[in-house]
Amino acid sequence: MPGLGTSFGRGGATTAQQDLANADCILIEGSSMAEAHPVGFRWVMKAKERGATIIHVDPRFSRTSALANIWVPIRAGSDITFLGGIIHHIIENELFFRDYVVHYTNASCILRDEYGDPEDNAGGYFSGWNENRRTYEMESWKYKGEGLSYPERDLTLQNPQCVFQKLKRHFARYTPEMVEKVCGIPPALFHKVADALVRASGPDKTAAICYAVGWTQHSKGVQIIRTASILQLLLGNIGRPGGGILALRGHASIQGSTDIPTLYDILPGYLAMPRAGDEETLQKYLAGHTPKTGLWSNTPAYFISLLKAYYGKHATAENDFGYNWLPKLTADHSFFEYLYEMADGKMEGMFLIGQNSAVGAPNTRMQRRSLAKLKWFVIRDMVETEPARFWRDSAEIERGELKTDEIETEIFFFPAAGHAEKEGAFTNTQRLLQWREKAVEPPGDSRSDAWFIHQLALRLIAKARTSDDPIDEPLRALNWWYPEDELGEPKMEAVLAEINGWKTEPQSNIEGVLFGRDREGQPHHGPQVADYNELKADGSTASGAWIYSGVFNRDGVNKANARQPKDYLGHGWGFSWPSDRRIIYNRASAKPNGEPWSERKKLVWWESEKWTGIDVPDFKTSKPPDYRPRGDENGLDGQRGDAPFILHEDGLGWMYVPKGLQDGPFPTHYEPLESPVRNSLYSRDTNPAVNWFTRNENRFAPPGDPRFPYVLTTYRLTEHHTGGGMSRFLSHLSELQPEMFVEMSPELAAKLKIDNSDYVCIVSFRGAIEARALVSRRIRPMNLNGKTVHQVAVPFHFGAAGPLRGNAANNLVAISGEPNVTIMESKALVCNIIPGRLPHGPAFLDWLERNAPQAGQPPNLHPEQPPVGAPSGGKFSRSHGKEAKTG
Amino acid sequence: MEIMFGLLSKWPLVRQIRERKDGTGLESMSDKTRAMHARIDDAKVARSICPYCGVGCGQLVYHKDGKLISIEGDPESPISQGNLCPKGAASYQLLTHSQRETKIKYRAPRAKQWTEISMDRAMDMVADRLWESRKRTFVRQENGATINHTTAICHLGGATLDNEENYLIKKLFTAGLGMVCVSNQARI
Repeated sequence: MPGLGTSFGRGGATTAQQDLANADCILIEGSSMAEAHPVGFRWVMKAKERGATIIHVDPRFSRTSALANIWVPIRAGSDITFLGGIIHHIIENELFFRDYVVHYTNASCILRDEYGDPEDNAGGYFSGWNENRRTYEMESWKYKGEGLSYPERDLTLQNPQCVFQKLKRHFARYTPEMVEKVCGIPPALFHKVADALVRASGPDKTAAICYAVGWTQHSKGVQIIRTASILQLLLGNIGRPGGGILALRGHASIQGSTDIPTLYDILPGYLAMPRAGDEETLQKYLAGHTPKTGLWSNTPAYFISLLKAYYGKHATAENDFGYNWLPKLTADHSFFEYLYEMADGKMEGMFLIGQNSAVGAPNTRMQRRSLAKLKWFVIRDMVETEPARFWRDSAEIERGELKTDEIETEIFFFPAAGHAEKEGAFTNTQRLLQWREKAVEPPGDSRSDAWFIHQLALRLIAKARTSDDPIDEPLRALNWWYPEDELGEPKMEAVLAEINGWKTEPQSNIEGVLFGRDREGQPHHGPQVADYNELKADGSTASGAWIYSGVFNRDGVNKANARQPKDYLGHGWGFSWPSDRRIIYNRASAKPNGEPWSERKKLVWWESEKWTGIDVPDFKTSKPPDYRPRGDENGLDGQRGDAPFILHEDGLGWMYVPKGLQDGPFPTHYEPLESPVRNSLYSRDTNPAVNWFTRNENRFAPPGDPRFPYVLTTYRLTEHHTGGGMSRFLSHLSELQPEMFVEMSPELAAKLKIDNSDYVCIVSFRGAIEARALVSRRIRPMNLNGKTVHQVAVPFHFGAAGPLRGNAANNLVAISGEPNVTIMESKALVCNIIPGRLPHGPAFLDWLERNAPQAGQPPNLHPEQPPVGAPSGGKFSRSHGKEAKTG
Repeated sequence: MEIMFGLLSKWPLVRQIRERKDGTGLESMSDKTRAMHARIDDAKVARSICPYCGVGCGQLVYHKDGKLISIEGDPESPISQGNLCPKGAASYQLLTHSQRETKIKYRAPRAKQWTEISMDRAMDMVADRLWESRKRTFVRQENGATINHTTAICHLGGATLDNEENYLIKKLFTAGLGMVCVSNQARI
């Protein structure tokens, strides 16, 4: 999310799947799109039919590679070097789209003299590294001068302090030879890819990049996406048809789950959750989050409208709109942090809703054992998944590590309604809200998650009303007005209406008011707002998610349920945020003077005193291309008529990120936390700001550890889905992929003396599993700087529950935290492979200790891993694992 | 005699000879076959979206008298144009397979088995647990700063929940109860 967000302004795909058909070249990396997004991949095939070059970069030759023109086998974890190599090649040979780079990106912006690049030191650090706190102090990263709104620029790109020159220097050693050394990719193949991308660049060609968790689930995941973003800005592909970056999200509404987040550090619409201390009051919070120029300059309107949605009439100017009631953050409260609290017995209760952490989350041994420490546990799902059974049927029960009659956890299992049994919207991978109509009632006691939360809220609010404890004030103030149906389900369109936003002054029986009466029949609010421009900071508007505003406005039409597409971009089908713009940053599809770059690649353009075209302009429609601010204006008025990236204060695409990232303004190659080789570029192997979550149950192997010689990566099968709850219980899907396996090369199989379909054990410091060997040419040994490195790949869907069982790959994966989003590194780790079957029961524990010896060892075995008690790094750096227990 | 003649004339072979057809068409069908029609012919249809990956293929959910009949791709979706991958195509089974849980289950501390409990009782108990844990662990101030939160109750999940559901969850849990340990796999 922050990869795209910091580069361009919004944390989401920049284009639509259908638009891939317009690309002249498509690079798919960190994804096997044909397997994980099969129906979306049809658009890649349409592009290929029209003559586009399709490139697939992946450790294994998958079904995507079979349909591509070029397959590039890559060593898992080396993507920044590969993409950085292409950047180097483009800059060295002046193959970038100059007009786009000069006018639409911050390549020309001048940096401070104090800025220090990893090229300035052997370790590979940026300026400002604080070893004691394990974070960067980022003053030296800012633009020269004050603020980010009006940077000093050199449009010739020659000034040695300009971003472009710093970029050139930063990637100077990412040569084709370095790419071969680090990634295992021969120069001829590297040049084939670089040439294809360069050929598809310029005024009348565009190229698109598609990626998925093969890029995000790394200790430098955000920076991998940043490298692709820089590449797309250099080639001039963002905001143009057939261009852009399509983040391929893996679940039906994972985009929705970040837009309207059940995440600890953000609020709907990517507003920041307030922090304790510096953001004690509403004024302090707004002062720190309201830039002078760009779309975020209206943060007060978005934030106060959200508070009005949360607390209704109880939020007033006198009480700072209820700001005090919002909880404040004191640390990183994300999943892995609170998992450790759970493991230490400090978490009383958990709600696990539509999620299988005992298969789908890393270090599943720790996950299952931590559940046993909860006082109470509420789980909602359609089937009895692994977390629902940890107490009576799991590997830990079998081994005697957990005993059922000693587990105190009180557990409630609620059967959940399926997708056709409830109405509501999903937001898909291209920011498109699509509504689902309800077909039938859920069976038996199954209910939707909305029903559950609504019924829970009613009970808690009733308790709060009879309490006089001040801690219950937020509950008494909570605006829980939702009318419901006969089953007790809240009306979902009423919730959507709140998300869109309305004027808060209650008015009924006038046009534009939707669901105007509350549960008691009282007038509740006024007419819907048309879009986020109508939101105000004075309490006169409310909106649950400003970025979705417009989806259900005064015309009373639920646009998420619109089903009449008018054009290839799909206008008339669903609602794409923001404001139904399908390809965002599309001002960049026209020249600085407002004409399209070419007839072939026209999308929006300036005509008859306004912006118009094939898509809704992602720009103020009345702002002329030659508009120049005086230099003191606020908001969008402070941005030039040729600055397409309106979320950024300077209106430019950020090749260099002056603020917003924990681990550097430019992407830098570091090795994965577990790697068979040392870093060829710097003396530091790993990302300095990573959170290692040091703990005895979560050890990491040192670089080149001979006990774990093979690189392991994980992937998806088309026929299964995530933790298996939606696929391993279905015979139609199970019969297509019936067993857990590990893909390996014939060379590795020969070395291990195993045949195809033999059982093997795979072991890491976190655990061990067994799988059948799938010996295949689809995986190759790699030559890294003279060393032969074998890679193996496993699907991650199998688990111990359901009719179709297998060992869970996540038993092998460690918990670790990329510095910006605390995501784990499941795509590159090391393992050993031992032919034969895995012992069951207590014998397993002896076997594990023999093959991954760690008893009596300190928790940190990797030389760069900080010890227990050291700061965790990142934006909420705090001491970690002080109470780590053995075991 | 007439009855015999009537029966004979229905015999597909006779029809085939009379109509001089090749035996592969309607003339060879029995009445039963001729009367067959698609399951979805007289069904209602709800327009839905596949719950699996992020492509968001359109689905047509056919139902009749409160029962699901079939789930197919929606040809009018500009993204999927009627297609579904193996997972989407298995959506009917996802909703109707025999291992689906339909009862609320409760496991007491140290118990070896589930027991069944009623919906109201289950909701009351969960509300009580949440209320008590919150009372015990809510912190109003720390180091002089107002924090109004609890870190002893957590939530995990959300990527296949509706936007509206996630909105309500965050509203109740965070804005209402002060829970800050809220996460889903979007960052996993």
